[in-house]
Amino acid sequence: MKRTMIMAAAMAIIASFSVMAEDVPYRTLDEIVESGVVRIGVFSDKAPFGYVDENGEYKGYDVYFADRLAKDLGTEVEYTSLDPASRVEYAATGKVDIVLANFTVTPERAEQVDFALPYMKVALGVVSPDSAVISSVEDLEGKTLIIVKGTTAETYFTQQYPDVKLQKYDAYAEAYNALLDGRGDAFSTDNTEVLAWAQVNPGFTVGIDSLGDLDTIAPAVALGNETLLSWINEEITVLGEENFFHADYEETLAPVYGDAADPESLVVEGGVVE
Amino acid sequence: MQDLGISILFRGSNFVRLLGGLWVTIRISLLAAGLSVPLGILFGLFLNIRNPAAKVIGRIYLDFIRIMPQLVLLFIVFFGATRAFGWNLSNEFSAVLVFTLWGTAEMGDLVRGALISIPKHQYESAQALGLDTLQTYRYIIIPQTLRRLIPLTINLVTRMIKTTSLVVLIGIVEMMKVGQQIIDANRFEYPTAALWIYGVIFLLYFFTCWPISRFAKWLERKWN
Repeated sequence: MKRTMIMAAAMAIIASFSVMAEDVPYRTLDEIVESGVVRIGVFSDKAPFGYVDENGEYKGYDVYFADRLAKDLGTEVEYTSLDPASRVEYAATGKVDIVLANFTVTPERAEQVDFALPYMKVALGVVSPDSAVISSVEDLEGKTLIIVKGTTAETYFTQQYPDVKLQKYDAYAEAYNALLDGRGDAFSTDNTEVLAWAQVNPGFTVGIDSLGDLDTIAPAVALGNETLLSWINEEITVLGEENFFHADYEETLAPVYGDAADPESLVVEGGVVE
Repeated sequence: MQDLGISILFRGSNFVRLLGGLWVTIRISLLAAGLSVPLGILFGLFLNIRNPAAKVIGRIYLDFIRIMPQLVLLFIVFFGATRAFGWNLSNEFSAVLVFTLWGTAEMGDLVRGALISIPKHQYESAQALGLDTLQTYRYIIIPQTLRRLIPLTINLVTRMIKTTSLVVLIGIVEMMKVGQQIIDANRFEYPTAALWIYGVIFLLYFFTCWPISRFAKWLERKWN
């Protein structure tokens, strides 16, 4: 938590620098193509979205898409390993051309970077034991739901379903242990997270795989980088015609989620969210 | 057969990657330390000048660097310079710069402390022997100060080696980050990998810092 506060302070200081701002040196589409290398920021430790395999190669759902962008630009790709806290700055200062690090679109971030069309969506998921699967919110009546403090799940259930009894934990590990011990009837957090967990913990099923407000995940570029932004948007639309992101899902996410997940609850094709 | 978590260390190029990360750690921290020690000695001498203006300047620099978390300094240099002046510094250059600024401040204060710990009669005896100020420092004060500085400097250098793990936040992949990458890539198959990988990282840090403290021991003995 201390680190989060320090990060926030650092962000505030840097943001105040932009008062005296020069133009941020981002690269336009033509400059990227001419240089022969596109710089893309991805996660390197968030399997299965962006990670590095045992041979040192970048892999994952985001990387699969990034590789394709580079191929269609006709350039090499240079990956930079990003952390959640540095993503906005990396995109905003043009230190990478594109951020493809499972970047959830929020209004605050949109003030600092330009988001392209989405290529993925996340919502809440609910995981429960096979012996008493919770498959709809109605099933939760009179039951105890485990959640982690400060997550979207906490906000959602507190506001929408105040009757559900919540059991709150500080850390994910504690929450999962509580579920394993049977201290609660079900656990809710991001659907991608519970799906991956249920896959390696036999005896548990994700009964609800898409609930609550849908958040979208999209590529981000420096504010005002029009040429690159519109190229990416066109690319996403065109890729939708060949069902590219379903192929991406099959290649990178299906081995992790197995049959537990429905691709339609995660994948966004052609930038159109239904 | 139950596979032990340690086996992932030898899968593919995992171990070589970890060593590559260690090399990044060593490269940044030793470069910064190598610059900080001489610059810090100069800064320490500067802090000892009996001039009010010099004192204020020295104090402001020292306090600014010491109060600011290194993380904030890294962000200010790496991203702030781009926002404010449009300079695109490389991340490794920014890291070496920040750690040198920090090391110089810390080292300067150590030198200042070591200098004032030399009893006044050492200066007076030197003067009585007819040495001028420069000679007093060259033959009497600096040799004694250096001896007192060795353990303090080694502390600073080993602290610097370990603090460089922060550079991951400006996109540099050093040993800790490689470790996290390996743990994460195997988190579904080997949930216990973390223990093994962090154990190996502990040993690698240890074998980096240990020769440095042996060297310091040797120096101390030699100068006694």
